[in-house]
Amino acid sequence: MATPPLIDRRRLLLGLAPAAAAVLTGVTSCTRDTRNPSAHSPTFFSAAEWAFVNAAVARLIPAEGAGPGGIDAGVPEFIDRQMELPYGHGAYFYLKGPFLNDVPATLGYQLRYTPREIYRMGILAANAAVQKTHGKQFADLSATDQDLFAQMMERNEVQFSPVPAPVFFAQLLANTKEGYFADPLYGGNRGMTAWKWIGFPGARADFTDWLDQAGRAYPYGPVAISGARS
Amino acid sequence: MAERKRPVDAVIIGYGWTGAIMAKTLTDAGLSVVALERGPARDTSPDFEYPRIADELKYGVRGDLWQPLADETVTIRHGIQDTAAPYRKYGSFILGNGVGGAGTHWNGQLWRASPEDLRLRTHIEQRYGKKFIPADMTIQDYPVSFEELEPHFDHFEKVCGVSGIAGNLRGQIRPGGNPFEGSRSDEFPTPPLPPIHVARLFEKATAELGYKSFPVPSANSSIAYTNPYGVRLGPCNLCGFCERFGCFLYSKASPQTTILPILADRQNLEVRTNAYVTKILLDRTRKVATGVTYIDESGVEVEQPATLVILSAFQMHNVRLLLLSGIGRPYDPATGEGLVGKNYAYQMCSVTGAFFSEDVEINPFIGAGSAGQRVIDEFNSDHFDHAQSGFIGGSLIYAGGTGGRPIEQMMLPPDAPHWGSGWKLAIRKHYRHSAPIGSLGSVMSYRDRYLSLDPTYKDAHGLPLLRITFDWHDNEYRMVAHSAAKMDEIVRVMKPEKQVTLVMRSGNHYDTRVYQTTHTTGGAIIGSNPTNSVINRYSQSWEVPNLFIYGASSFPQNIGYNPTGLLAALAYFSAAKIRDTYLKSPGALVPV
Repeated sequence: MATPPLIDRRRLLLGLAPAAAAVLTGVTSCTRDTRNPSAHSPTFFSAAEWAFVNAAVARLIPAEGAGPGGIDAGVPEFIDRQMELPYGHGAYFYLKGPFLNDVPATLGYQLRYTPREIYRMGILAANAAVQKTHGKQFADLSATDQDLFAQMMERNEVQFSPVPAPVFFAQLLANTKEGYFADPLYGGNRGMTAWKWIGFPGARADFTDWLDQAGRAYPYGPVAISGARS
Repeated sequence: MAERKRPVDAVIIGYGWTGAIMAKTLTDAGLSVVALERGPARDTSPDFEYPRIADELKYGVRGDLWQPLADETVTIRHGIQDTAAPYRKYGSFILGNGVGGAGTHWNGQLWRASPEDLRLRTHIEQRYGKKFIPADMTIQDYPVSFEELEPHFDHFEKVCGVSGIAGNLRGQIRPGGNPFEGSRSDEFPTPPLPPIHVARLFEKATAELGYKSFPVPSANSSIAYTNPYGVRLGPCNLCGFCERFGCFLYSKASPQTTILPILADRQNLEVRTNAYVTKILLDRTRKVATGVTYIDESGVEVEQPATLVILSAFQMHNVRLLLLSGIGRPYDPATGEGLVGKNYAYQMCSVTGAFFSEDVEINPFIGAGSAGQRVIDEFNSDHFDHAQSGFIGGSLIYAGGTGGRPIEQMMLPPDAPHWGSGWKLAIRKHYRHSAPIGSLGSVMSYRDRYLSLDPTYKDAHGLPLLRITFDWHDNEYRMVAHSAAKMDEIVRVMKPEKQVTLVMRSGNHYDTRVYQTTHTTGGAIIGSNPTNSVINRYSQSWEVPNLFIYGASSFPQNIGYNPTGLLAALAYFSAAKIRDTYLKSPGALVPV
């Protein structure tokens, strides 16, 4: 099993640094922040996969009701970009075999797959299952049917192989919430709308003036790592 | 053929807290020292600089400061008949990496043990009778007393600029501090920060119930402070990016902010980073260590000869390296014989989520790893009569809140939706108005809980991973039920709209997926003689007297406190003996 040794991955991270810096600058410019979030051209996801991710994010954190939706917050872009980072390639996980079956769930993740592979296989399995029952792709279902199918994935009521539906669903939901709440430098949480919605001041990281005012609502809005305010 | 370096007086394996303490001690004494650290060089600048450090995804979730599991992890199984599975993703505990070790991204909760924790078996037998200790419980006394360690607890607190209030100052119980603590020779070096709001509510509730809350002893300095080495710390601003992060303010004590600055210019110290030690070398008698072998950052195997070997890696790595080096006899749970790997223990935690009404402003993002928190010690150690409760040990109960970082720390009632528009409403409703109250409890050691080398899984260099065999025992289920009931009662007095307690019950197995605590202990335990321990009271290997082993690997069983204060005190106690006795006349410091 070829996991990159420590030193190679560090070089990889260093190699990515200029790109990340460029993105950081991009996020702070008004033109980028106000454009249509779905205009992101995916690097990792194919067109069909991209349609799935957008449709799924739109159900996990919908636009309807109060509070920002996942699409407006740029969550699909966040997930696509994560797939291109060492994280997407599984660099944070021990992925050497042998891979055991019948391990108690309490001993944690025991599959061989990276996040990229989980998405690739999970989306394929989801669309195949929906095709079978509804004769269309997940993205083309009504919102109600999408919710029902997402629930089936979460509850293991639909059979996926080789990545079980709840594993895929958990991956998708975790990355969706990360994209909603992470600093905007990663492409999600656009305009810090998710932070404003809950009242988290982001990277402010200085509460000297509030140490002895416990119980009084903190009055200042969020700042991002880039220095952007909202 | 390994490249052979010039011999030095001492080699240090692992450059975290105890590695830094020993590097100072040995270079003070004029020895030539090489410190080997498996991870990268790290310092406040540039590695922890603001604003880049305020990145929850990178540090809090992905864990960029943690040991990369892809290269080396551990395997875990619940019972001695089971096949262990790799710990493939971070969950239950976090392994440190790089200069400073886990001491860069800890919380800074700096406790002393209770005096009775250090003579646990004797104390329990005297108070409750020998039969009170279950047959399979392998607890034992430390071979060193609280009184002997006290000057070293005190010194380390001063090195770290710990904030707090003494509860027992030279035998006088004082208001505002911990009335259960052992007698202190001095006050804390810095005063506590004011309580964060949940801690204020906790103070009121515990007072109403007749408990004595006090500030968590915190290595998050509250004021500008100069430590005994002349290193300056700055005041903590409760930034909320503390545990899992490096401190950008020089407030959280770490090797970098307290000890390493004075070592930087020492000509007799060389620090080599990205140096992965694979073996401690022995001579033909196998009673003398001759140095170590490591793999350097370009992948070359290097031999570093040394007259003195300091093993100061993380608890698990200490034990693994002893096993990989063939030092001492591996523990065998079938016979109870062998000592290396024996008495692995963990801690048993529980948490109550308190969900307040929307007029209670918790401001959860205002917090630190330990500053601003309040705690009670009534139900810990042997501070209460255990005769009726039928277990040994206990827990701290504390009002925490370390930053309300929304990816990791969003707390919702169990009946709230996980996703969808209902989730959006729930996060808005609860985020600013909820807080966790936690318990952190001891775990005893048992005959069937231990560490060994895994027969199957390997690290990136082809060496066996460490295998953990661990699950809860009845004593701990009873202990945590007792603590959780007290915690529940306290939270009820805090009057949230809703409260939910998560607690392990009999039949729940150790769950490696959920973060609980990184306070893993044992495997190279300290004791009174070579038949009950790997190291003597001076942390010296019984088998190889020029090898000293530091860290929580020495704890014979776990305590209901964070371990850093105790493991640092044991290191300073040893350091004084090495300086005053061993260097003048090397050899066994405790006669066999």
